[in-house]
Amino acid sequence: MISKDEVKHIAALARIGLDEKEIEKFSTDLSSILDWIEQLKEADIENVEPISHITGMENITREDKAEDFENKDGIKKMFPEEKDGYDKVKSVL
Amino acid sequence: MIRNLHNKIINKEITSEKLTLDYFDAIGKKDKDIFAYLSLTKELALEQAKKVDEKIARGEEIGILEGIPGAIKDVLCMEGVRTTAGSKILDNYIAPYDATAVKKLKEAGAVILGKTNCDEFAMGSSTENSAYGPTKNPHDLSRVPGGSSGGSAAAVAADEAVWALATDTGGSIRQPASLCGVVGLKPTYGRVSRYGLMAMASSFDQIGPFAKTVEDAAIILSEISGRDDMDATSAHSSGKRYEDYLTGEVKGMKIGIVKEYFDSLSEDMKKAMESVVESYKKMGAEIKEIQLPHSKYSLAVYYIIQPCEVSSNLARFDGIKYGLRMDDEKDTDMADLGGLDGTPRTLLETYLDTRKYGLGAEVKRRIMLGTYALSSGYYEAYYIRAQKVRALIKKDYERVFNEVDVILTPTTTAPAFKLGEKVDDPLQMYLEDIFTVTANITGVPAISVPAGTIKVEDKNLPVGFQLMGKWFDEENLLRAADAFEKSKCKNQNAK
Repeated sequence: MISKDEVKHIAALARIGLDEKEIEKFSTDLSSILDWIEQLKEADIENVEPISHITGMENITREDKAEDFENKDGIKKMFPEEKDGYDKVKSVL
Repeated sequence: MIRNLHNKIINKEITSEKLTLDYFDAIGKKDKDIFAYLSLTKELALEQAKKVDEKIARGEEIGILEGIPGAIKDVLCMEGVRTTAGSKILDNYIAPYDATAVKKLKEAGAVILGKTNCDEFAMGSSTENSAYGPTKNPHDLSRVPGGSSGGSAAAVAADEAVWALATDTGGSIRQPASLCGVVGLKPTYGRVSRYGLMAMASSFDQIGPFAKTVEDAAIILSEISGRDDMDATSAHSSGKRYEDYLTGEVKGMKIGIVKEYFDSLSEDMKKAMESVVESYKKMGAEIKEIQLPHSKYSLAVYYIIQPCEVSSNLARFDGIKYGLRMDDEKDTDMADLGGLDGTPRTLLETYLDTRKYGLGAEVKRRIMLGTYALSSGYYEAYYIRAQKVRALIKKDYERVFNEVDVILTPTTTAPAFKLGEKVDDPLQMYLEDIFTVTANITGVPAISVPAGTIKVEDKNLPVGFQLMGKWFDEENLLRAADAFEKSKCKNQNAK
C-alpha cells in the first residue's frame, strides 16, 4: 500500500504538483499496479544477468566536435520568456 | 494501393495535386466525427504535390512514394509544424527540426497531410488520453480506435490518408491496426532511427507504418530504415527494398503458435485465429506448437521498465526551455515535503505548476510509478528484477527462433471496446497490450494483419492477427503477412 505521504514524496521527487484528490487517487492506483507487478517475484532469476537493451551495443562514440544547427531562431522562438536572445528563467541559485 | 496510385500518377490518370486535394476533401467530410487529425499541413502538402506533378510534366522518373499523401503521428517532429504529442504541455510547440523518419519520407517525395491524434506522449491504448479529445473508430463511432496511435490508424482506415507513420512502445501501432482493420508494422528495435521522436521509453520505442496493405507497409519501411548518426541504437541497413520480398509463397515456412494464447480467447476470436492458421496450412506452411514460458511476465516487466524510462525521459518537460510555463503564484503545499532541498522556491513553483497543469493523469501516473520504482531502496526490487526477467523472456525467443521462422498470435483479445469503457481502470487498459508487448521487450519485428471481422451489436468489427519475426528479418515477416493477405484476396474473389 502506497500511503498519501509516500505519494506526496514521490510527486515532490518527480516535480509534479498534485491536489488532494489526485493524491488520494494515485495512492489507490499506484498500490493496485504495484500489487499486480508482485507476480514477478515468482520468476527464478538466480544467476541471470540483467539486460537494459536488446541490441547489446556498447559505447557508440563520435568525435566531440561542435556542429552548427541551422534553425537557431526556431529554438529561440520556443523559449517561454525571451530576453536579449536568451531564455529567461527564474533564479536558480 | 501505393503502387496503383503511383502508376496512375506516372500514367497521368491523376495528378498528385488532385489526389492530395481528394484526401483533404475526405478529411473535411469525415474528420469532424472521427477526429484523426490534430493539425493539417495543407500548404506544405500541396507544395510537395505540385513539385511531383512538375517532374511528371517534364517527363522525369519519380520514386514509388512520390506524391502519395499520408499522415504523421503527432509525437514525431516536423520542422515548422506544431507538434503536441497529444499534450497540453506542448500546445504551442513548433518543432525546429524534422525527425529522421519524417525527413526521409520528405526526401522520398511523400506528401504529408497533417499530424494525427494520439494518447498523450503515446501513453494509452485507446487515444482517450489525448488532451485534445479522443479519436473514434471509423467502423463504429461509439468505439475507440485503439492507441496510442489511434489517429494514424483511423486516418488510414477511413481513407483520410494512404499511409501513416506512428510509434510502437508496447503495441501502439499493432493494437490500433487490429481494432481499425488495417496493417500495422513495428520494425526491429534499431531498424528505424528514433531521432526527433518524443521519447517515451527509449529501450522499447520504435517507429513504423500503418497502411492498407502489407506491400504498402513494406514500401514505407524501405524508405525510413537505416543507420542514423543521431540515434546511436539505429542499425546499418543494406538498402533493401522490402517490397521485393513479397513472393506470396510460404511453402515450408515454419510458423510457431502458443496453444495457451488461443485457448484464452472468446469463441469468436478463437475461430478467427484458427481460420488464419488453416489458411497458412493450406498454403503449405508448417505449424508448430511452441512454448514461451516467461512471456506471461511481459506486461509486468513492461510496467516497471517503461515507467522508469518515462520518468527520466519526461523530466525535460519542466517549463524551462519550451512548451507551457506555469506558475500560479500560490505556494503549493507540496514544497513543504522532502526531496526538494536546495531548489529556490520560485523556480520550484514553476516546475510543480507547469507539470501539474501541463500533464494528464496517465502521464503523471507513469512518471510517479517510475520515480517510485527507481527511488532509493526499491531500485533492486523493481528495476533490476525486471531487467533480469526481460533477459529470460529474450532467451525464450532466441530458443524458439531456432525452431520456427515466425510466431503467430492474436494481436488483441477482442475487437474495439466502447469509449469510456476502460478509461477509469488503468490495469484493464494495460492488459490491452498482452499479446503485443513482448515484441518490444525482446525487440523483434512484429506486424498486425487484418484477420476478418466479428459481429458485435450488429456491427462487423475488424480484428487482426500478429506475426513476430526474427531480429532484423523483416523480409520473412512481411513475406508471411503478405501471403495471407493475397490468399484472403483470392478467396474473396472466388466467392
